[in-house]
Parts: sequence; structure tokens; C-alpha cells
Amino acid sequence: MRYLPHTKQSREAMLEAIGVSSIDQIFKDAGAPQIALDDFALPKHLSEMEVERHMAALAAQNRAAGAGPFFVGCGAYKHHVPASVDHLIQRSEFLTSYTPYQPEISQGTLQYLFEFQTQVAALLGGEIANASLYDGSTGCGEAVLMAHRLTRRKKAVLAGNLHPQYGAVVKTLSDMSGFEVVDGTVTPGGVEDLSTLIDDETSCVVVQTPDIFGTLHDLTKIAETAQAKGALLIAVVTEVVSLGAVKSPGSMGADIIVAEGQSIGNGLNFGGPYLGLLATRHKFVRQMPGRVCGETVDADGERGYVLTLSTREQHIRREKATSNICTNSGLCCLAFTIHMTLLGEKGLTKLSRLNHAKAVQLSQQLAEIEGVTLLNDQFFNEFTLKLEGRDAAEVTAQLAAKDILAGVPGGRLWPERDDVKDLLIVAVTETVTDADFDALVAGLKEALNA
Amino acid sequence: MLNRQGRKTRPEAGSEDNNNMTGETHSGHKGLQMDEPLLFEIGSPAKTGVDLPDAPTVDDKLGGLARDEEIGLYGLSEPEAVRHFVRLSQKNYAIDSGFYPLGSCTMKHNPRLNEKMARLAGFGDIHPLQPLSSVPGALKLMEELSDWLLKLTGMASIALSPKAGAHGELCGMMAIKAALDAAGSPRDVVLVPESAHGTNPATAALLGFKVRSVPADKDGTVRVDAVRAAMKAEGGGDVAAIMLTNPNTCGLFEREIKEIADLIHGSGGYFYCDGANFNAIVGRVRPGDLGIDAMHLNLHKTFSTPHGGGGPGSGPVVLSDRLAAFAPVPFLRRDGDTLTLVEETDGTQSFGRLTAFHGQMGMYVRALTYILSHGIDGLNAASGDAVLNANYIRAKLKDVLNQPFGDQASMHEVLFDESSLSGTGVTTLDLAKALIDEGFHPMTIYFPLVVKGAMLIEPTESESIETIDQFIDVMRSLISEAHEGQEDKFHAAPIHTPRRRLDETGAARKPILRWNAEN
Repeated sequence: MRYLPHTKQSREAMLEAIGVSSIDQIFKDAGAPQIALDDFALPKHLSEMEVERHMAALAAQNRAAGAGPFFVGCGAYKHHVPASVDHLIQRSEFLTSYTPYQPEISQGTLQYLFEFQTQVAALLGGEIANASLYDGSTGCGEAVLMAHRLTRRKKAVLAGNLHPQYGAVVKTLSDMSGFEVVDGTVTPGGVEDLSTLIDDETSCVVVQTPDIFGTLHDLTKIAETAQAKGALLIAVVTEVVSLGAVKSPGSMGADIIVAEGQSIGNGLNFGGPYLGLLATRHKFVRQMPGRVCGETVDADGERGYVLTLSTREQHIRREKATSNICTNSGLCCLAFTIHMTLLGEKGLTKLSRLNHAKAVQLSQQLAEIEGVTLLNDQFFNEFTLKLEGRDAAEVTAQLAAKDILAGVPGGRLWPERDDVKDLLIVAVTETVTDADFDALVAGLKEALNA
Repeated sequence: MLNRQGRKTRPEAGSEDNNNMTGETHSGHKGLQMDEPLLFEIGSPAKTGVDLPDAPTVDDKLGGLARDEEIGLYGLSEPEAVRHFVRLSQKNYAIDSGFYPLGSCTMKHNPRLNEKMARLAGFGDIHPLQPLSSVPGALKLMEELSDWLLKLTGMASIALSPKAGAHGELCGMMAIKAALDAAGSPRDVVLVPESAHGTNPATAALLGFKVRSVPADKDGTVRVDAVRAAMKAEGGGDVAAIMLTNPNTCGLFEREIKEIADLIHGSGGYFYCDGANFNAIVGRVRPGDLGIDAMHLNLHKTFSTPHGGGGPGSGPVVLSDRLAAFAPVPFLRRDGDTLTLVEETDGTQSFGRLTAFHGQMGMYVRALTYILSHGIDGLNAASGDAVLNANYIRAKLKDVLNQPFGDQASMHEVLFDESSLSGTGVTTLDLAKALIDEGFHPMTIYFPLVVKGAMLIEPTESESIETIDQFIDVMRSLISEAHEGQEDKFHAAPIHTPRRRLDETGAARKPILRWNAEN
């Protein structure tokens, strides 16, 4: 077995030192009831070459995003990641280290977390940020619980145009923990009036921008309305590249901003691993979930970094912790930080302009097709088309058969709703080419005429 | 001391040559150890390391929400960025560079084949919402991994989506809560041993359960009598579940686990097993045979997906027949040749959804690669070597360090306390810091909390006898020095590190959590 350093001799020498006859005997002495190897009915080990062949065969059955026209978004986006990002995150010292429990030999991890927190706070428009959560959706759930703790209230209002899987995560967590959730109205391409749903019991209002249909929201008014009733505004961003082009949720008054950070530095990976970003006001720091890194000095007075405010966390507080979270998304944060450093303000601005301009161009081309209506007036790199009288899932299946992945049909996200079945949500990033545009326009025309 | 050319290798103390022998340098660098400023101190908003095509000219559709102020991001060119992050990496200890016996964390070798497979475009570059018909290989991979994990654990069903171990705990306890709710059972107490990971009580409390502590016996394990007593305390029939780690956090196998399972089941409750220490028993003991109802598997521990400086993890949960129906969406469903993913709870008893999309696919690929590489024989050999290594360390250190629960066979980690250091002025923390100077990552310290000055040593199966012997020699030498009165050396340690002991109290008192231009 290529991963095990012991030889027959070394095992025997060690057994002798322990004073037992065999490894099995140690298990017996420890009281662990072993079963025979054959009883597992599982295959034996494979060579590296054989494993590679098996995995490559499975991978080959999947249509990769980069292999053709691709317009799928709704919370995960295909962006170009510079080669140096993946190279750097695979450095042994990053890849094979763990939580910086011993800060003297973990300053590399701690310093990039401090840099990450600085970038995230700036990007989302918060005063501070944590060192990441599992992903945007779990971050959204954590933000709601955080708001409940801060306001000592138990009711969350979710905008209808929040990503339905984010909504499901919040609802599951709330149902199980005894909290209340009020649902807004799904409003494709429009802006819902949430003010009537907010009352004196409301802890927070959760609004996504750009929303699940791609529409950009001005959060200023809803922030004021919520805060006037003693509630907090939680803003959700699933496409952080948008923040190179539009105002940050923090600058529009959001109290807690959560985001999915996958777009920067991280691949699609069929849904994970991703990273949740969370920024908020400094005064809320002690109710913030997740790990956080802080600056300090060492015994020689040199600047250094440590994990801090751990008195909020489960390993100290146990059942009184702010959250049960133990890990963050370390390596995904690193990828985010490196990519964001390569972009800088200048690069992110350009990247977001490019995304927006391409999306505007394609939306105009698609809206000219007969039977197609563009629903959004204002959007970033994603928009929603109404395909009159058609089931968008069938249309995307037809296009997929022609190797065009056209977007997300409404029925995939809300299988129980009939009123969204004719909707197709289309995402356009910098990776989409003019030839991809042409393929989608031609393919959609053909599918709609069929 | 003279070198081969007959020159002095070190100036004599007090000589003229000694003026600059303090170790200080003009640059702040020390040979290969580079002092590296924050990226904000070397970068600028005007710099970038990415070239992009120019955007086509369009009338914007941002609806008046265009950004009107600077974000405050700093950029670096690619060579500067590469150097910055390479220098940071050099300030980290890692499994690839040395022995990392961090108890309860299973810091085993991370095979690079796993990384290569996760980066195949057919896994790494597929979208969770593209048509399922375009990703049959991804679903097949999830099914293969599920099949292995179910057979290894002897359980009925699996929920793959939890994002980490603690998320898996949440998943398992939600399934238990859903099952109790479905049965109309108002149980609200969860029993948790004092030695448990902090995530156990935190998870139970998050779901509104009352946490009731169960003491361990003198031998470090939980006895069925103690569980019985805890169940009867404050009124008896209200226990929803017990959360027990097996092997436990003291490195011991819970010998009465089956009796505890029977007792809990007999009263109508459920048995959650924390599977953090599965690496000790994988390929040998099936948790399903022990009567558990739910257990999470940390793919980043037992199945070697990289720890990555603290994540991402992955925590699939295996479930018993009694809980299978309550598993969260999404889950796989096979009808003959057709494999599909159920993404909605309608028409099921599923308790809901834990995360958007389908979980940590990137980690599933790595874990399955690891599993196929090992096979059942390799997994069995790996857990055997992990346990062998821990017991070897125990045998070689037990005369100089105290085992809090007596001299008994341990599983894949061995626990000592600091009692044998009493009177030396050296604590567990000091010993850990001295180990750093010796080039080792310290063991887990001060966990589990039930032991004073705990030192939890988990060597894993990845280490050779030579490495382990060196660690043992160093531990013995350090302990001797502690007894010889060299406490000052320990209090000063570490001295050979990029930074020395850091002021954690100061950091928490006045938190500085980001860089500011004004600073």
C-alpha cells in the first residue's frame, strides 16, 4: 500500500515494544469488536493508474461548463480563475496545514485570513467580516440566527426573490430551532413591497441583490423601514462580481451582509466546496458566528495574527456558543484572497463591467426572438426570460441535447409552482464568447419554433 | 569551532566580530525566513495581475445603482502576488513538512492523486443546476461513495450534503428531532458526555434541546449505569438522544456502547455517534453493528481530503433504518438504470434542506479516490497502523507522562495529562511550544476538557517508525529538561519561529479585525 510507510519489520518491532502479539490483539484489548475483512464485501486496493482510469471515466460522462456554450447561474458562476491561484493554493504549507491552533507556526494562514477579512469587509461594505462560513446559503441561515440574538426577536421576513434553496435552508433551521419565517411573494423581474410584512416582532428582513431572477435592488428604503421597526436588514449577494459595478449592500444600509464567494477564485465543483462571506457592523462583533482572525503582537513586540474572540465559539462555550460551527472554508478563502489580490480594485471593476456589458448585449439579442420577453429592467450579469406558453425545462433539455446549457428553468428551482415554468434564468460571464451568443440565439429560436 | 577552511564558524563572545550576532538583520528577513507585509502595504488600487478583454460599449442597465465610491481593494501584479503568497506559505507548519500529531484531527497524508482527480473538468467544472441529464457521472460518483460509506459503517442510508463535521451533527440531530416530532414525542433532553467535542452540546442547544452531562468512569469511558442514572435524573422519559463519540476523545473505545444503545432504544430515544475518530476503526469495526442511529464522517479526517488551513470540510451522515426517511434533500434515488437527485421535500418525510445545491462534491471526489486507492484491505491496514503508532507512543512515553485513565490499550490517539510535570514550572502549553522549536507540530492540548493539561497525541498511519522515534526522543529529552529545572527555556519557547508567543488576551480585548488605511 503506497501510502503506508511501515514494513513487516517495523510493525513487529513496534508490537514488541508495546508488548502485544498483533495489531488485532490491540483492538481486542481495547474492547473493539472487529469483523472479518471478507464480511465487508468490498473490493481491494487499486494502483494509482487504475484509480485514475476509473475516475476519468466517470468525469468523462459529465458536460463541463467550459466545454461549450454555458449560461447557468443562480448562485454559482463560471468565471475565469487565473492559473496562479490554483497553483498557490496547492502549496503544501497551505493545503496540508490545519486550523491555526499554534499561531507561531501558522502566521501564513492567519495573515491571509486577516487580508481576506479586510477584502470582504470592503467589498460588502461592512465594517468587519469573519473568516468565512461554509457557503452563502448556510451563511444566510447563520445571519438570521445572529439577528435573532441581536434583536431578541424570533421572526424573519424572507423576500420572495431570495434564492429558494437559501430560503429552504433558513426555513429548515428555523423550523428545527423554533423560530418563525414569513415568506414574501415570488415576483419575477419585479420589486416586491416588503414593508407590510414587517412588524414589531420582526427580527430581520432578508433581501437578495441581484435577486434570483437577476434584478438589482436599491436597499436604502427597506433598510430604513426595517430599522425603524427595530429589525435588521440582511442583504444576500450570490454573485459578488456584481460589487465591482454596483453599490455595496453596506453602503445602502444593510446591517448584516452575507454572500457566496465562489465567483472569486473558486470553481463550480457541482455545488461545493464554496465559501460564505459575512460582514457586519463592529458593534455586532460578539454575536457574529464563525472564526475570526485578529491582529496582535508577539513576545518581541512584533505584529502578528491570532484567532480571536473564541469565547463566542463552541469549543469554549459549548451549549452557550453563538453557533455550532467548527471549521471555516480555509482553502476556498485563500483562493478568494489570491484572486481578489490579482484583480485589485482595477481588475474587479473591469471584470464586472465586462460581465454586465456582455449580459446587456445578449439580453437584447434574446429579447428580439419572437415569444421571448425580458423581465428585468435592471440587472447585473443575469436576467430572466419569459418563454411564452413554453415549459422552460423542456426548452433547456432540447438545447442541452445540442450541447448548449442555456440557463436555469424556473421549474428546477420551484417545482411546485406553475407560474414560473415558462421562465428561463440566463447568466452571462466574461467566459462566454460571441460564438456562444450565436449558438444560444439560434438554438433558442429553433427550440421555440419547434 | 573551526570550519574545514580553518576559519572560526562563530565569533567568540565579546569579540569585535560579535557586534551583529543578535540575529537581527537590516531587512527584517532572516535567511530563508522572509518577513512579509500585508498585501495592502505593498499593493495599490492601481495595480492588477489580471488582463481582461475590453468591455463592449453598452448603455448600462444598473438602474442607477452604479457604484460611486472606491471599494478599497488593493492589487498586485502576478509576480508580486506569487511572491507574497509563497512567503506567507513559508510561515506555516504542514503535514507535508513534518510530524503533525494533532489529536482528534487526523492529520494524515493527503495524496496528490486526490487533488488531480478533483480538478478533472468533468468534476471541477460542472454546475449544480445544469440539467441532471448532463452530469450522470457526477451522480454515479456520489452513489459509489455512498455505497462505500454505507458498507464501511454498516448503516442503512446516507445524507451526503453536510458541509463539515459540525454540520453533519446538525443533520443527524435534525433527523432525530424530525423522527420524534413525527411520532408526536415531546422529548427535549440530549445526553452528552463531559469529554465530548464542544460542537455536540452546541448542536443540541441550537435545536432547542436541553443538554444533560454524563460523567465518565474512572477508566475514561461512559458506563451504561451512568447513562441510566442520567436518564432518570429530573424525571426520566424525556431523553431524546445521547451523543457519544466512539472511539471517544480520550482515545478509548467505548466498551459498553451496545448496552448504551440498547438502553437508549429501549426508552424510545436515539443514539447519535460522533464519528470524528472513525479513522481508528475503519475497515475493522462497523458502527451499525453497535446500534447507532446516526453518525457523521469527517471526510477531511478519515478519508484524507486536505485540511486546507481549516477547511473546507465535508461531513456526510449515515443513518439507521429508523431515521432514513427523514434525511435532508437532496438525496439520490435509483430506479433501475436511472439515477436521479431528489431536490424537493414534497412527497417525502425529509426534514428539509441544509445547504443550497448538493454538498461538497470536490471532497466526494477526493474521498472516493482515497477509498479506491486503499480498498478494504488498505483501509484496514491504515486503521491498524494508526492504532499501532498511537500505542507505540503510549508504550514509549508512559514512564515519563501520566495516563489519566490508567495504562490501557488506546485506539488511534493516546491521552496524557500534565500531572507528571507538576512542580517543574512547565505546563502542557510550555511543552507544546518547546516542541515547536524542535520542529514538530504539537499534539492537541487542553482537550478533552475533563483532563487537566491534556495532551492528545494522534500520529496517524502516515508516519514511519523513524519519525515517531525521533518525536519520542525529543519528548523524553524535553521532559527531562523540565525536571532538571530548565523552565526558563520552556517559558521562552518558541524562539525559532517567524513569530514568538502571541498576545491572545490583548487581541480579544481590543479586536483589530481588518487593515485600515489610517492605521
